[in-house]
Amino acid sequence: MHSLIQAIILGILTGGVYALMASGQTLIFGIMKVVNLAQGALVVLGAYLTYTLFTQLGIDPFLSILITTPLLFLVGVGVQYVLLRPLHGDDVAQLSLLVTFAIALGVEGVLSFAYGSTLTNVQPAYANFSWTILGYQVSLVRFVAFLLSLVMLGLLYLILQRTKFGRSVRATVQNPMSAQLLGVNANRVSALGFGLGAATAAAAGSVFGMLNSFNPGSHYDLISRLLTIVVLGGLGSIGGSVVAALVMGVASSVVSALASPIWSDFTFFIVLLLVLLIRPRGLFGARTRGAL
Amino acid sequence: MKFATTRAGLIRAGVFFLVLLVIPIVGGPGYLLNTLIFTIMYAALSSSWNLIGGYAGYPSLGHVAFFGIGAYATGIIFSDSVYGGYAPFFLLPVIGLGVAFMSIPIGWVSMRTRADVFAIVTITLLFITQTLAFNLKNVTGGAQGKSVAPAPFDVGTYDWPFYYAMLILLAIAMGISLYFRRSKIGLSLATVRADEDKAHGVGVRVTAVKLIAFAVSAGLVAMVGGVWAYYVGFIYPQFAVDPLITIGMVLMAFLGGRGTLWGPVLGAFILVPAQEYFAQAFGASELYLIAYAAVFLVIMLFLPRGILPSITERLARRRASAAGAARDGASPTPSALPTSEVKVVR
Amino acid sequence: MTENVLEIDHLTKRFGGVTAVNECSFTVQKGTITALIGPNGSGKTTAFNMITGYLKADSGQIRFDGETIVKPRPADLYRRGLSRTFQQARIFPELTVEENLVVAAGYSWRQLFGRRVSESDHERAKEMLGEFRLDTLAGLPSADLSYGQRKLLEFAAVLMSDPTLVLLDEPTAGVNPVMIDTMEQHIRDRHAAGVTFLIVEHDMQLVMRLCDPVIVLDQGAPIAFGSPETIQSDPKVLEAYLGS
Repeated sequence: MHSLIQAIILGILTGGVYALMASGQTLIFGIMKVVNLAQGALVVLGAYLTYTLFTQLGIDPFLSILITTPLLFLVGVGVQYVLLRPLHGDDVAQLSLLVTFAIALGVEGVLSFAYGSTLTNVQPAYANFSWTILGYQVSLVRFVAFLLSLVMLGLLYLILQRTKFGRSVRATVQNPMSAQLLGVNANRVSALGFGLGAATAAAAGSVFGMLNSFNPGSHYDLISRLLTIVVLGGLGSIGGSVVAALVMGVASSVVSALASPIWSDFTFFIVLLLVLLIRPRGLFGARTRGAL
Repeated sequence: MKFATTRAGLIRAGVFFLVLLVIPIVGGPGYLLNTLIFTIMYAALSSSWNLIGGYAGYPSLGHVAFFGIGAYATGIIFSDSVYGGYAPFFLLPVIGLGVAFMSIPIGWVSMRTRADVFAIVTITLLFITQTLAFNLKNVTGGAQGKSVAPAPFDVGTYDWPFYYAMLILLAIAMGISLYFRRSKIGLSLATVRADEDKAHGVGVRVTAVKLIAFAVSAGLVAMVGGVWAYYVGFIYPQFAVDPLITIGMVLMAFLGGRGTLWGPVLGAFILVPAQEYFAQAFGASELYLIAYAAVFLVIMLFLPRGILPSITERLARRRASAAGAARDGASPTPSALPTSEVKVVR
Repeated sequence: MTENVLEIDHLTKRFGGVTAVNECSFTVQKGTITALIGPNGSGKTTAFNMITGYLKADSGQIRFDGETIVKPRPADLYRRGLSRTFQQARIFPELTVEENLVVAAGYSWRQLFGRRVSESDHERAKEMLGEFRLDTLAGLPSADLSYGQRKLLEFAAVLMSDPTLVLLDEPTAGVNPVMIDTMEQHIRDRHAAGVTFLIVEHDMQLVMRLCDPVIVLDQGAPIAFGSPETIQSDPKVLEAYLGS
């Protein structure tokens, strides 16, 4: 029982970080209808940036978010501008998907080139500090990471609810056609949206680097988890992806505590297949059918 | 799209395979056969991928999972002995069929909704297969890898059986592509790719043809994986289930022209030798990954339809304008055609 | 008493807060050319989509040929003799004109796995092309057709299954007057050969001379039913069209 509750606590804390990554991914899908296969690679990129800032300049990993987030925001905007916008033809959706895959590979290649493929992690002095509350261990880093994710999600929520850009995004998500008729600049919304998605990856990446050992290939691990989460939450639904991330965080943490960490990855795949089998639109996905 | 086979097409195929058949006999520099084995392997992989990714328009990003399963099947069954050397080849059809059947439930679940979800499931499948290969140590040997018993072939012609096995698999993959194009399966797949909802509305057996294409494609890829494992002799999870192999299949089909018979083959014959050359020239595999990503992006941005369709279209346009000029010169033909008005360009 | 080929019973569909089709009931009698008209947004196309299995109804029943369709699926219905066209003339532009008909010609498993497209399919496609005077275009990519020709081709294609009931969604929208006449003639020919039609159409002149009876939908439910003459003089219909 003790280990179960400990696993649930751990799962919720990890799930919060996944929620942040997934919210960016699902936001990008909502706006552009593109499954961003580079989201995992952007998280890893964020982790490596944090690593460099920490080891070379001694900047605290949590503080480095103030640098990495704007940086990857710009990268995201640039990627949309240079690589996604020029795509044309009958099957832009398919091409965009593959382009994001190519971006993931490119990022992996550049990181392998710069850092090699050995596993690293970001280890500030307080990395191993933890509290014991009622017999349960809560690590400082995980707790702060969770809080930070909540703050970032809150910021994202405010941006979407309170700004003009946010209104344009929500209009585009609901109905791209009428949003354009109402004067929403689709290209701008897409670019900013992709930037915002990349920014969430950067923020999540900074804490990911403290919580896990990683190498440039870690993005495959991440992307399949993220994809499961966004499908479970319903592609395009940010609220759904947050709930799904928490659910999956707890589920995989419980499975790895009770069975073995190997099966925790497998849990994701089985959940993905089951969701698709029973509720193809995810827990909160809107029901829409084809282009009629 | 034309679904007829022409005499020119048959001759083209005949010459292509004849040349490849005699190359080992005629001989050449030592590395030639080795490079060709990998080129033909990728041509076969890409042609198989093309069945589902090109003809049906469902781009699978996880086909290397099936490749890996085929490789491990061969590796596990023949880890102690290869029973005279040819047994691994004879077992390929069984592996192919097994993997084809195994892929059906995955295909069924992932193709019920739409192409996005299909890509998500297949890429996740890739990762899961790799994780399993690493972690089911009793069966796969984990990160230590798994070795296939050495083949007892004569040193001078050691590569020949592998070469011809790959060639046969390429011929099968292309034969099935051709059969698809000429039969109603191919027409059905074309309707699925163009407008799946409408395809339902004219009674096309959409689910059936998608699953057939997916399963056949997966089975073929697994067979190629089996030959590969036997040839390289040693399999590690990161090489047998390497995302780069998936990317290779996709990239070659895109470069040559997906949904065409020769596109994937052309793509493989351009990219694999180039890849070997760059590997020799630069060595470091990280650069390799960057170069791959760059080539990929360039194709997507500047040649999204691939070489062959672009050429065909240009030729067709030239021919049409020539015919148009001729028709303008002739007297107006009495036409029984329904009059047309606004021409809709998609 | 004439037989009903299609019976719609209390069909309902909501999109979010909007009720597109509301407790809608009507029947289509065998051998008629029934029109389904109504102002924009009255639920005609939504009803079509539910009848043909493209949209799941929230509640209500559909009976086709005397049988309740429990789980309407477009492909099953097509094979059973209920086919439809779309407002925007959906064809397969990559395929040739003839192939567009061949793909609609039915799928016994033997034919699906056949080494090539069967002779009988070719024959039937040829006949149909002849009837629709598209035979000279048979080998052309259908992407090259004009909009009107596409509409004709789509109509011809859905006839390949020898349907008992054909639903046409605005068969003459966006085509020129000559093509409207052509389309009308083809509908009359097929009607004479025993096919029942249910047509959504905005061209009232065409409806008045071609269709009987006429069903008028407003806000997702029928408000009038009868011959073109009675419909024209029905005050409820006028009100629906002119708004109040």
